[in-house]
Amino acid sequence: MIGLQAYLVLAALVFAIGLFGVLTRRNAVGILLGIELMLNAVNINLVAFARFNGDLAGVVFTLFTISITVAEVAVGLAIVIAIFRVRRTVEADRLNLLRG
Amino acid sequence: MTLETVGFGVVAALLLASSLAVVLTPNLFHSVLYLAAEQPFLFAVQLLLYAGGVVTIVVFAIMLTERLVGDRIGQASRHPINGAIVAAAVFAGIVGFLIQAPVRATAPAPAGDTTAALGRALVGPFAVTLELLGVLLVAALLGAVYFARSEE
Repeated sequence: MIGLQAYLVLAALVFAIGLFGVLTRRNAVGILLGIELMLNAVNINLVAFARFNGDLAGVVFTLFTISITVAEVAVGLAIVIAIFRVRRTVEADRLNLLRG
Repeated sequence: MTLETVGFGVVAALLLASSLAVVLTPNLFHSVLYLAAEQPFLFAVQLLLYAGGVVTIVVFAIMLTERLVGDRIGQASRHPINGAIVAAAVFAGIVGFLIQAPVRATAPAPAGDTTAALGRALVGPFAVTLELLGVLLVAALLGAVYFARSEE
């Protein structure tokens, strides 16, 4: 029997890995993927709490976060493509148009 | 060492390995954990949305931006040590909190297939949220099409 703690520690690990990706990726698409990992860690937490507390609300919330994640990815990648059209790069370090 | 323990270990290892692959190499597959948490419907939704939608869009965007630019876009990480330190600190903080606040199961797992109950919850207490989500999806996808449209 796997306890709730194991799921939470696993989710924390996935979240930390995603944070590492967000912080260290050069490619803007890679940063988006890191954000995906962090959101998935939250989903794991929600499902684990729903499973161990016998409450379906956590699963419903996970459905909502998955849908919102899809919307976020679509908009984020559209912005990446639009930026690429203007600046000819998706490297986050070179997207410094707003730097004074 | 029950079957569930083995399954959790295998899936967790797979998830962690593919997560590391996502941040270390340009590789795009993760998240099959819901099967282990006994949520077959959620597993199907996740697989459908990610395999069908997100991965397609991401691969498309990578290929599009890579092809046009001529030379390869740098996939290498910057400041990996600083990033690792911050990520490890966050992980330590979360685990420290978990140790201080003991979490435990308060109810047994719901027996049988929960998909029907899930559907009733979606159109019952969460109906307004579901409708709002539909509006959000329409707005986001219209916005994405508007951003990514061709110039003429």
